Amino acid sequence: MTYVPHTAHEREAMLARVGVPDVGSLFSVVPENVRYPQLDLPDPLTEAELMAELRTMAEANADLHHAPCFVGAGAYHRFVPSVVGHMIGRSEFLTAYTPYQPEISQGTLQAIFEYQSMICELTGMEVSNASHYDGATSTAEAVIMAHSATRGRRTKVVLAPGVHPEYRQVVRTYLQGAQFEIVGDERYPDGGPQAQLDALLDLVDDRTACLVLQSPAFTGEILDLTGVAERVQAHGALLVLVCDPISLGMLRTPGAWGADIAVGDGGSLGSPLSYGGPSLGFFACRQADVRRMAGRLVGRAVDADGQRGYVLTLSTREQHIRREKASSNICSNQGLNALAAAVYLAALGQHGLRALSHLVYHRAHHAAAQIDALQGYALASQGPFFQEFVVQCPAPAAAINQRLWDDHGIIGGYDLGRLTPAWERRLLFCVTEMNPVSQIDALVAALQEVAS
Amino acid sequence: MTEPTLRELSEPGRRGVAPPPLDVPAAELPPEHLLRDELPLPELSELDVVRHFVRLSQLNHAIDIGFYPLGSCTMKYNPKVNEDAAALPGLAAVHPYQPEESVQGCLQLIYELQCYLAEITGLGAASLQPAAGAHGELAGVLIMRAYHQAQAQGDRDVMLIPDSAHGTNPASTAMAGYRVVELPSDPRGNVDLDALDQHCNDKLAGIMLTNPNTLGLFDEHVCEVTGRVHAAGGLVYGDGANLNAIMGVVKPAALGFDVMHLNLHKTFSTPHGGGGPGAGPVVVTEALAPYLPGPIAAMEADMAGATYRLVMPESTIGRVKAFYGHFGVLVRAWAYIRTLGAAGLRQVSEMAVLNANYLQAIIKELYPLPYDRPCMHEFVVEGVVPGSDVRALDIAKRLMDYGVHPPTYYFPLIVREALMIEPTETESQRTLDAFAQAMVRIRQEALDDPALLHDAPHHAPLRRLDEVAAARNPVLTWNDGE
Repeated sequence: MTYVPHTAHEREAMLARVGVPDVGSLFSVVPENVRYPQLDLPDPLTEAELMAELRTMAEANADLHHAPCFVGAGAYHRFVPSVVGHMIGRSEFLTAYTPYQPEISQGTLQAIFEYQSMICELTGMEVSNASHYDGATSTAEAVIMAHSATRGRRTKVVLAPGVHPEYRQVVRTYLQGAQFEIVGDERYPDGGPQAQLDALLDLVDDRTACLVLQSPAFTGEILDLTGVAERVQAHGALLVLVCDPISLGMLRTPGAWGADIAVGDGGSLGSPLSYGGPSLGFFACRQADVRRMAGRLVGRAVDADGQRGYVLTLSTREQHIRREKASSNICSNQGLNALAAAVYLAALGQHGLRALSHLVYHRAHHAAAQIDALQGYALASQGPFFQEFVVQCPAPAAAINQRLWDDHGIIGGYDLGRLTPAWERRLLFCVTEMNPVSQIDALVAALQEVAS
Repeated sequence: MTEPTLRELSEPGRRGVAPPPLDVPAAELPPEHLLRDELPLPELSELDVVRHFVRLSQLNHAIDIGFYPLGSCTMKYNPKVNEDAAALPGLAAVHPYQPEESVQGCLQLIYELQCYLAEITGLGAASLQPAAGAHGELAGVLIMRAYHQAQAQGDRDVMLIPDSAHGTNPASTAMAGYRVVELPSDPRGNVDLDALDQHCNDKLAGIMLTNPNTLGLFDEHVCEVTGRVHAAGGLVYGDGANLNAIMGVVKPAALGFDVMHLNLHKTFSTPHGGGGPGAGPVVVTEALAPYLPGPIAAMEADMAGATYRLVMPESTIGRVKAFYGHFGVLVRAWAYIRTLGAAGLRQVSEMAVLNANYLQAIIKELYPLPYDRPCMHEFVVEGVVPGSDVRALDIAKRLMDYGVHPPTYYFPLIVREALMIEPTETESQRTLDAFAQAMVRIRQEALDDPALLHDAPHHAPLRRLDEVAAARNPVLTWNDGE
């Protein structure tokens, strides 16, 4: 199989026009002793062979169309309406580059403008960029922006233990080249994320660039952030809030809480799980901070005839103009996932998203109540939660999960013992619109059997 | 033509896609002050949504519509079968925290792709976690930093970057906490060796080289450059953006590269999607392998067969994103490599280079070619016509009227009025000839009727947009300016 179109005749004609006898002559600049090495790769496959081999690999996985899944923890099994795949699969979107030429890229540009607009509606923030790679990298970029918004002088970052553990790791990776002090998440105190808030706020001082909170927290709890933004901002620091887009169908927005930056993972908005990526990271902030924001931005413009259109704008923040002084190195982002999010939000609309967030809220509470009633299990979430909840188990969480999978074909919860040995017997369960009541019943029955 | 926004199309009370009905008893809601009030998303029918996005799509140029010789971006054909591959339920509907025994297919694919990329580059180990080229660069520079620190060479903080480099190189270097020192190019487009020597000292952390560089030229003394950097204790970073020129022709490791990122969305044919998602795996020598970001996939083989698992490299720089990388993109790259095999990949590079040289031979008779020697997969000309005041921008915009996406322009920065042309290997001689013909006609138009170029495009969905006004008074959402 080849995607190279040249006929032998064309190749000869082209070589003649260039004035060389053969293709190898074009590579005479490559040192001869290392030219044309052996590449040890498998033999090429026909299209049919390729798909057969891939199906074999795919079938070595358990896919969620067959296995009930009760793990979320930052990646959620969601329903993706057919219309999303059909729209983002269109060649005109799929095979276009970054829209640097607005006259012939209005489709991509307007779609991103609409994505930015809907992220702002969802989060209650003023401006959104065109996306980051995922929730983890948008969180890291938010910390970097907070550092720059505090004139680059503040190098202390307060990171709540309720922020996704992998996001916190990525923040540390991103900041390892600079002298930052990252505090707040050394332990997982009992009492839950709400009870920890005061201690975290006490860590915020006049050297602090930002406080990073997540609500719903990694363990599912919805935080009451009354007065939090004021306390953070009184020190001249920024409040960065990591949030879940589906929960914003019902929950108070980061904007309404007074957050300076709202970030999160937008994979739930129309992207398949795909073993964790690609999804997208959304990033929204105040209009006043827009020139410090990383990433691409689309703005409205008019053309020479006065027609409305859209362009990439404020690009003097970006690496191709500012090079080492840019606000970030980001170039390629998640264009197609942002398009998927725009189609998804448009297709569900305000009624659909509201209904969806309520559905998962009620299902999660139903499942939590059923499990809490089981002998040996207890709901360990403290305060209101959205779609995820913590269960104290009668045996180590890893053993419960193993039996759920081996004996019942159910993918269990996230083993919180991965975070701290104190939580060795805690599972974080997630319920979404893909878990109908029959699956919840099956999980409850399986948990009961596993415990006995 | 103008398409209304979703908000303009919205009608109060209209319903689109509905989630499943409530099938459990309603629970008590959280206290009122934890809830939002209005949710101002549009209200549309599914057909409204379909028509809107189909109409928008029709305003785009794309590879599947026509020629897209956008230099540095490798806009080659994106095979359709790869889309089918990535959509297989067993690859798309898989959760990153599933039990390892239930994702053996995913892990096998990741492991094999790590091996293929290591083989193609001649380097020892790969991490597929970085999400894009710039992300791979950041990972790569952090690896260099971690290595120097482990060698008690933490004072090395100077990164040399040629003046022809992509802007992401200095930006990534700065994010990693290194100082950027720009290196000039010599008159033949190579790294200036005398300038290099001035920085070969105990402050040198390394050099970031793009080879072939952004002029489309293979550095004539690349081994001399990498040798001098190594002799001074530095490491050599390779920007893999231009790997499409040399697959199967030379392994970058053999030229002295220690660490590289690859752009799967360029060389390995995954679609660009209007600006991503890409994937930017980072590939390193054995000496640097302990520092890779992770987790990565490992294999253990025994009598019963192979078992795959995720492992964190011993002295890892950490995670650069959540989970394991853009798996959906990795599937497409795996499929591409398996479809072509070793001979096919070499053919890709050979025909990419032949196409570029063929076009260069024709175009250099029309427009000045500042570095006149055989190019690799792309070349840079000056978009000027003696006797006319048209600029590269005007030529680029006029090409739209001929149904062609313009080349990259005003980059690299070291060529005046640069037009950077990368045809890729999947274009036929017929397409290249049509492009050359358009460039002939535009040159004549520049002399006969320069206003035609200044005002171009004339046949695109929109005329030139006022980007200056858009930046001066930014309108970034449909709520702004209303």
